[in-house]
Amino acid sequence: MSILLSNISKQFGAFSALSNINLEIPEGELVALLGPSGCGKTTLLRIIAGLEQADKGRVLLSGVDKTTQNVSKRGIGFVFQHYALFRHMTVFENVAFGLRVKPRRERLDNETITKKVHALLELVQLDWLHDRYPDQLSGGQRQRIALARALAVEPSVLLLDEPFGALDASVRKDLRQWLRNLHHELNVTSIFVTHDQEEAMEVASQVVVLNHGRIEQQGTPSDIYDHPANAFVSRFIGQTNIFDMAEQDADWLQIAGLLPTQKESKIAHVRPHDIIIEKTSANQDAPATLKDWQHLGALIRLELVKNGSNANTPSVFAEMPNEQFKQLALSRGDKVALQIRQAHWFQ
Amino acid sequence: MSQNSIMPGFRLTIGFTVVYLSLVVLIPLSTLVFQSFRLSWDDYLHIITNKRVLSSFYVSFSTAIVAALVASFFGFIVAWVLVRYEFFGKRFFHALIDFPFALPTAVAGIVLATIFQPSGFLGKLLIDTIGVQVAFKPLGIVMALIFISIPFIVRTVEPVLLEFEASMEEAGASLGATRLQVFNRIIFPNVFPALLTGFALAFARGVGEYGSVIFIAGNLPYVSEIVPLLIVTKLEQFDIEGATAIALTMLVISFLLLFVINTLQYWVRKRSGQL
Repeated sequence: MSILLSNISKQFGAFSALSNINLEIPEGELVALLGPSGCGKTTLLRIIAGLEQADKGRVLLSGVDKTTQNVSKRGIGFVFQHYALFRHMTVFENVAFGLRVKPRRERLDNETITKKVHALLELVQLDWLHDRYPDQLSGGQRQRIALARALAVEPSVLLLDEPFGALDASVRKDLRQWLRNLHHELNVTSIFVTHDQEEAMEVASQVVVLNHGRIEQQGTPSDIYDHPANAFVSRFIGQTNIFDMAEQDADWLQIAGLLPTQKESKIAHVRPHDIIIEKTSANQDAPATLKDWQHLGALIRLELVKNGSNANTPSVFAEMPNEQFKQLALSRGDKVALQIRQAHWFQ
Repeated sequence: MSQNSIMPGFRLTIGFTVVYLSLVVLIPLSTLVFQSFRLSWDDYLHIITNKRVLSSFYVSFSTAIVAALVASFFGFIVAWVLVRYEFFGKRFFHALIDFPFALPTAVAGIVLATIFQPSGFLGKLLIDTIGVQVAFKPLGIVMALIFISIPFIVRTVEPVLLEFEASMEEAGASLGATRLQVFNRIIFPNVFPALLTGFALAFARGVGEYGSVIFIAGNLPYVSEIVPLLIVTKLEQFDIEGATAIALTMLVISFLLLFVINTLQYWVRKRSGQL
């Protein structure tokens, strides 16, 4: 089911949570609503679900206006941040709930419900837990049960609020992969909310970046990473070095290969992997000094200090593959030259 | 018992608990049991199968159960309103709930008797409009017991409703449940154990209640005479054996009923995964 939001606004008292949100999500996408906390992403998700009413604007699902329709009639599946499993029901009954509350003429017979619930539990690989209670499950298991419960009613849209937020890192990694695969399998239009840009980039086919109740950019993960629409998106997605032409030594930047493409461009954002490091001999007049480095697995992150700068100037971060770093055989305090391959310019 | 827990003192506190329960609960109650040994089994049977005694048992337990049921219903609504909604004067209502706890029960009894007697303000109204007389009938006893037992229900249900995760309701609704289904299948089962606790407290209080009841009950033998009153009457006539026999019986029945309620509660909790 496609989703269309037009002109959605929402106020909480004097605080404007969302202002004039226009968003179109084609059928079958797996979309991430990404933004810092308090940016309105959860509110937007709840408005799509019907758990919250927008002050202005309309919500269309498959072209049908559902703005005022009650959440129970919208045919959406919602997975809550803290799962919201029914504590007094077994895992089986939790998943069966949506099937049991259907009006009598639509309700499946008991045998079919049983079969379907077991099939769903197998889909989330937790059928062996069917007679447990939610309190007896781990966080990752609860999350998957919550998903199975939402899927039981065959929703046309699946909405997930910070689905991995409360899980530890390794479980989160597994579940991300698993959610992607599940989406491939079911192909139901899904939206999930996250504040973790890595998670959004890894899982989603489309990313919507929100800030202060507005959409900053919408696009595929590579779009957003390679062509950030503005300074906020560039800063929020991935690591970025920020060079302000007004504050920093323009000559120094020119030596590093950074030239403004347009006159009004004043601030350059440079990804760490777009900085190439070369070792220079000690007596040479080098632009930077290696202060420290961190091991990130396949990559090494180098922290560089501009020579001749005072202590307040922010360090420059560069990244290079492990192998390359070994070949350079750098040690702390070595002078280096740096070459900036490309930058994003903002005003 | 782990020695390195943060709060030590298991031995001290268990010692205190045992001594306290012995002095305050077990010794007085066992005295009652020993007292009753003076009676032969036939004497005992003779006393408690007396028609007046039996009907007082009936009055006491039936009014206590009915009152606890009604109080559970209304107490639940009151707790719901106090937790769920914001309105003018909420804090005042909050304070009002505990009032029956603080009020001397005799005062409550006199007030209730005054307004519900056939010539009283509400009593007259009820007789004139629907022809029901409250005072001097079992209905009056129920009335008094509801009055004193509502706080038990409200104060046991309230914290559970407060802690109830609203997202469970939202989850239910998002799965297509109607409001009634959300209440019946999600909210109520979660609150039920607490409601049962409140019911047990209200019932126990109701069975033993004396002060607030005797004024409104009229204390007509076979109609509206409660067990505690009968015990006092017997004591006033220096019929200690009779009083003991009735008291013991009451103790046993109360114990059994509370045992049944607690078992039910255990079963409910177990069934709903709270144990």
